[in-house]
Amino acid sequence: MTSSTPDSSGGRTTTTPTGSLQGNSRRGDRLFFVASAGSGILLLVIMAAIAGFLLYRSGIALSKDQTNFFTTFEWDPDNILKPSFGIAVLTFGTIVSGCIAMVLAVPLAIAIALFISHYAPRKIAQPFAYLVDLLAAVPSIVYGLWGALFLVPHLAGLTSWMNTYLGWTYIFRTTHQGAPARNLFTTGILLAIMILPIITAVSREVFRQVPRSHEEAALALGATRWEMIRTAVLPFGRPGVISASMLGLGRALGETMAVAIVLSSSNVLSLHLLDAGGGTFAQNIALKYSEAGPAGKDALMASGLVLFVITLLVNGGARLIIARRKEYSGANA
Amino acid sequence: MKLQRNGRTKALAIGAVALVSSLSLAACGSDNNTTASGGSSASGGAASPAAITCAAKQAPLLGAGSSAQGDAIDVWKNTFGAACSGSTLNYNPVGSGAGVQQFNQGKVAFAGSDSALKPADVTASQAVCAGGGKGVDIPMVGGLVSIVYNVDGVSNLVLDGPTIAKIFDSKITTWNDPAIAALNPGVTLPSSPIQAFHRSDDSGTTQNLTAYLAKTSAGNWAYPSSKTWAGHGGQSANLSAGVASQVKAVKDSIGYVELSYAQSNNLKSASINTGASKPVEATAANAATTIATATPAGTGSDLALNLDYATKTEGAYPIVLVTYEIACDKGNAPATLDTLKSFLTYTISDAGQKAIGDKGYVPLPSSVTDKVKALIPTLA
Repeated sequence: MTSSTPDSSGGRTTTTPTGSLQGNSRRGDRLFFVASAGSGILLLVIMAAIAGFLLYRSGIALSKDQTNFFTTFEWDPDNILKPSFGIAVLTFGTIVSGCIAMVLAVPLAIAIALFISHYAPRKIAQPFAYLVDLLAAVPSIVYGLWGALFLVPHLAGLTSWMNTYLGWTYIFRTTHQGAPARNLFTTGILLAIMILPIITAVSREVFRQVPRSHEEAALALGATRWEMIRTAVLPFGRPGVISASMLGLGRALGETMAVAIVLSSSNVLSLHLLDAGGGTFAQNIALKYSEAGPAGKDALMASGLVLFVITLLVNGGARLIIARRKEYSGANA
Repeated sequence: MKLQRNGRTKALAIGAVALVSSLSLAACGSDNNTTASGGSSASGGAASPAAITCAAKQAPLLGAGSSAQGDAIDVWKNTFGAACSGSTLNYNPVGSGAGVQQFNQGKVAFAGSDSALKPADVTASQAVCAGGGKGVDIPMVGGLVSIVYNVDGVSNLVLDGPTIAKIFDSKITTWNDPAIAALNPGVTLPSSPIQAFHRSDDSGTTQNLTAYLAKTSAGNWAYPSSKTWAGHGGQSANLSAGVASQVKAVKDSIGYVELSYAQSNNLKSASINTGASKPVEATAANAATTIATATPAGTGSDLALNLDYATKTEGAYPIVLVTYEIACDKGNAPATLDTLKSFLTYTISDAGQKAIGDKGYVPLPSSVTDKVKALIPTLA
């Protein structure tokens, strides 16, 4: 700053006005370019540093693992005689609880977003939107405590009902009657509540961006309000809703404390979603880190790398879907 | 190690702190004269039961290790710090393994560990302990793991090693199983399924319980002693507090926590049928009886103990643990040696042991404390 000030004042006195203007704007341009490009590069460097760090530590861990990292159920990296650990249970638990959360949260979030953007009167819509945003500000540990102290006891009835009437589906059959519902299904419900505000907030903003002319055109062609939403709003908002869902899924996959409190972790991979057990990457790291030895910490880093890769894949997948749906947003924009 | 104890009886502890410190402040004034000339060699013998003998040259003391003794150290730190104003104590409950590691890197004056030093650790300690010294185990904090349960209409449950192993390994699944009924004649047990809870995080509590099961379950516990839960079935909860709250909330449940958690949550603890004439209740006194029967495992100045989980001594509760302080027998850092000795002299004193007894720990029996009291003045 101090060095550039005399330069510009000197330029103003000696050279022609157009030259000084050009010089100033070029310098400003360059400065801004360097700043923004630098920020972009910095982000890449940080990402690369995280990936490199995880790769390095994972390499140490995997060289010690005496079992198949991808198919092993148990997690015992600090066993001196036979270090064995694998991510089969964690991968299953993370993806299943994330999927349950998505199945429950996405339709609900779209409905809430549509209500706020298209159905509710302005007086109600704004405080309601604010309320939903507020849900996002609740710390996850509070969700966890609420889940453990309120949700789990109150899901006992639903669990036994599902076992009785939906038990034939295999996945909704419980093998341990009367046990508290500290299972992947409950975890999924809790995660759904946690990601609801993110998906709702982003979807709501996207739905508000729908050009007024599209909506009016649909209505003018005799569409009812629902038909207008189906033909004009939803197609326009689809890429945004997908992005929002992926943001939410990202949070669900990485959620730690709430899952650690609610889910009864075990090294059992069971398709009975109502049976207690299973685990997720983030939960496993949270539970094991404090007591892990050097080998155990490396092993946890390796599982962290897998979560990192899964999140990248999910986001990459979302990008692909959005890119394929370009015609919608392109045509509408 | 992660046996957490919570801040129960805080008022009691503060009272004890005030009492002990007022006594020891007086003792400090007079004892300083003798220790100033002759180092702290006289401190072991000179200490009256409640007295803290401050070092002549007080220095900040660093320690790290077992979180099982975290609350015990907190109690001692307050009393000791109040008596000897120049000796601040900083204990970092990072876990036993990490504590020993830091000790062997010379970062801390002492480490706390729930298991005795391994031969490799002793070899490594020679790099830190100057002049041919090595790290030694000094028993300091006793504890017990109690089997807590929540079954309507059952108030004096009796279990034994094989039965506990079967329950936690899902081989016994209902409360009225013949194996449990045989141990509890005349008790009406419900036919409901057992909800067993174990720790989801790695824990020294788990390690001690499984060490007991491995020894006494007659092959019914097929896994080695480990910090990580290996049993089949049941549910898990985070930390002792988590297990205690689940057992409290869920009917027909069973779990394992340290004594202080059983007490503070008003949970019923099972008595253990050890083969003695009658089942042993989970009390600090009964745990101390077991620790008293322990045989020495260490040689020379190392006081490591061999706990006898299979003890059949009358009134000896078998699921116990002992946390060791680890220091050099010779070649401790000169700057902190006197402070370390005066601190350990206080913690092994009857007053020090009684203070932690109020927090749910097990005061060590005199057969152990006598040896430790004799050892500490010889540290150099």
